[in-house]
Amino acid sequence: MKLTRTDVWRGVAILAVFFVLAWLPAVPGADGWLSIVVPITMYTVLATSWAIFSGPTHYVSLATAAFFGVGSYTLALGLESVPYPLLLLMAAVLGGVLAAFVGWATLRLSGVYFVIFTLGLAELIRQVFTWYQNNMGGSRGSYVFTDFTDAHIYWQLLALALLVYLVGWLINRSRLGFAIRIIGGDESVAKHSGINVAWSKIVLFMVSGSVAAVVGAILAPRFVYIEPAMAFNPQLSFMVVIMALLGGTQRLWGPLMGAIPFALVWEIIASNFPAQTTLLMGLAFLLVVFYIPNGISGVLLRWYHQARARQGVSHE
Amino acid sequence: MSNAVLLEVRKVVKRFGGLVAINGVSFDVHEHEVLGLIGPNGSGKTTMMNLISGALPATDGYIAMDDKLLTDLPTRKIARAGIARTFQLVKVIPSMTVLENVMAGAVFGHKKLWGHALAVYAERQLERVGLFGVSHKPTADLTYIDQKRVELARALASDPKVILLDEWLAGLNPTELQTGIELIRSLRDDGRTVILVEHVMDAIRSLCDRCVVMSTGNIIAQGTPADVLADPQVIEAYLGEDYE
Repeated sequence: MKLTRTDVWRGVAILAVFFVLAWLPAVPGADGWLSIVVPITMYTVLATSWAIFSGPTHYVSLATAAFFGVGSYTLALGLESVPYPLLLLMAAVLGGVLAAFVGWATLRLSGVYFVIFTLGLAELIRQVFTWYQNNMGGSRGSYVFTDFTDAHIYWQLLALALLVYLVGWLINRSRLGFAIRIIGGDESVAKHSGINVAWSKIVLFMVSGSVAAVVGAILAPRFVYIEPAMAFNPQLSFMVVIMALLGGTQRLWGPLMGAIPFALVWEIIASNFPAQTTLLMGLAFLLVVFYIPNGISGVLLRWYHQARARQGVSHE
Repeated sequence: MSNAVLLEVRKVVKRFGGLVAINGVSFDVHEHEVLGLIGPNGSGKTTMMNLISGALPATDGYIAMDDKLLTDLPTRKIARAGIARTFQLVKVIPSMTVLENVMAGAVFGHKKLWGHALAVYAERQLERVGLFGVSHKPTADLTYIDQKRVELARALASDPKVILLDEWLAGLNPTELQTGIELIRSLRDDGRTVILVEHVMDAIRSLCDRCVVMSTGNIIAQGTPADVLADPQVIEAYLGEDYE
């Protein structure tokens, strides 16, 4: 694997940006707006990892909440007996295993079944946890007591974001990344080219599921008290899909373009129209699908290509 | 044909529910030959191609290549064993560049290239099928005929032993047809085995070493193109009983 000069410079620039971002909590008065920066970072990580799988395959996964909840509960239930870093690793493994199971069960089927199954999955796991806590656990929820502040959570999310971008970039330039683009283009071409279609999809779905579970684990201390309805909130899955589609899934940086504006707008909506959130979310969905099907990054890329084409003409 | 048998098709049956599309068909394909699979519409030619390439599973019977049983293998393993194909309705990936489409054939299958070597190799396949200077265009921008060429280049990129061409010559104008025929002939000269489903009679006469004629799921004749095309049963299948 060879790195070009552009690759190196891009890498250096991205590291520099992350370095600067890591200093955000040091800005005076940061405590107030970290409460909006943390969700933005969270959604960026979730939407980016969602798009690593769903972007090229066009399989819309609504399982984000399922992975997120599994991660949250891994942390909540293990916090007293297992060291924290190990819990994050466990969340990653459990998220991956769950994704492998879902993938194995559904990815051979067509996209529609997959969507329904993933939506049902979050609900199923939520019910199982509720039942378990009602009948065995004695209480409805679990307390998550740590010394973490928003800044700690933010740094962890930032590190995870960096990891997700690195993994996404590595996948994109790998055979697996090429395979998944072919699969997204035409599955029968993929099979006839010797690609193991099911395996490729499952591996990518596992990456996506692992990341969402780790995000759930990292966020759990922020809730302090978690219960199934919160940890497995289906709204999370829909938010991630809207943000990824708004940003565009053709490039790794696409979902970021959706997560930032949407999380900001959502903050305003949630505080001013708390009763109409679902309605407004549906509306946002329609607007994105109808007016910017390729997302903000798609629009930016089109402008970029048009500008270059115009320059090319003027040079001649 | 003195060449060794490469592909054995034995008593193959394909049913779709109550419909019998292939009704116990057996034939051999020899090494380095161009075999024509012909017959009127709906006779089961494309289904036969789909069974060989593994796009569809056979209901009964078997297909073997070099003593390797293909029938129970998944499509990808059949591809890896060295069988490549084109489709009756062109299947290219429009969002990818022409070069990427061709590269797709040479990464995961019978041939496993990557990086610079892959790009150079794919470029050569494009030249082979007569496509120049379009490598980095989106495949959607190409004409239907050129997309067919891309598809053939992708199939060639896997360096297959057997190549299945499903009406690859259909829709070409007379000049293109001549070039196309030369191209397919050159595949045989490279040592490949070609099975083609075709309706263009000129191509069948000048290209095929042997023909298998199918009608409603059965083989009604086998032999050289001249022989089978003179066979009264074949003429009847194509044109009906009253033809004099």
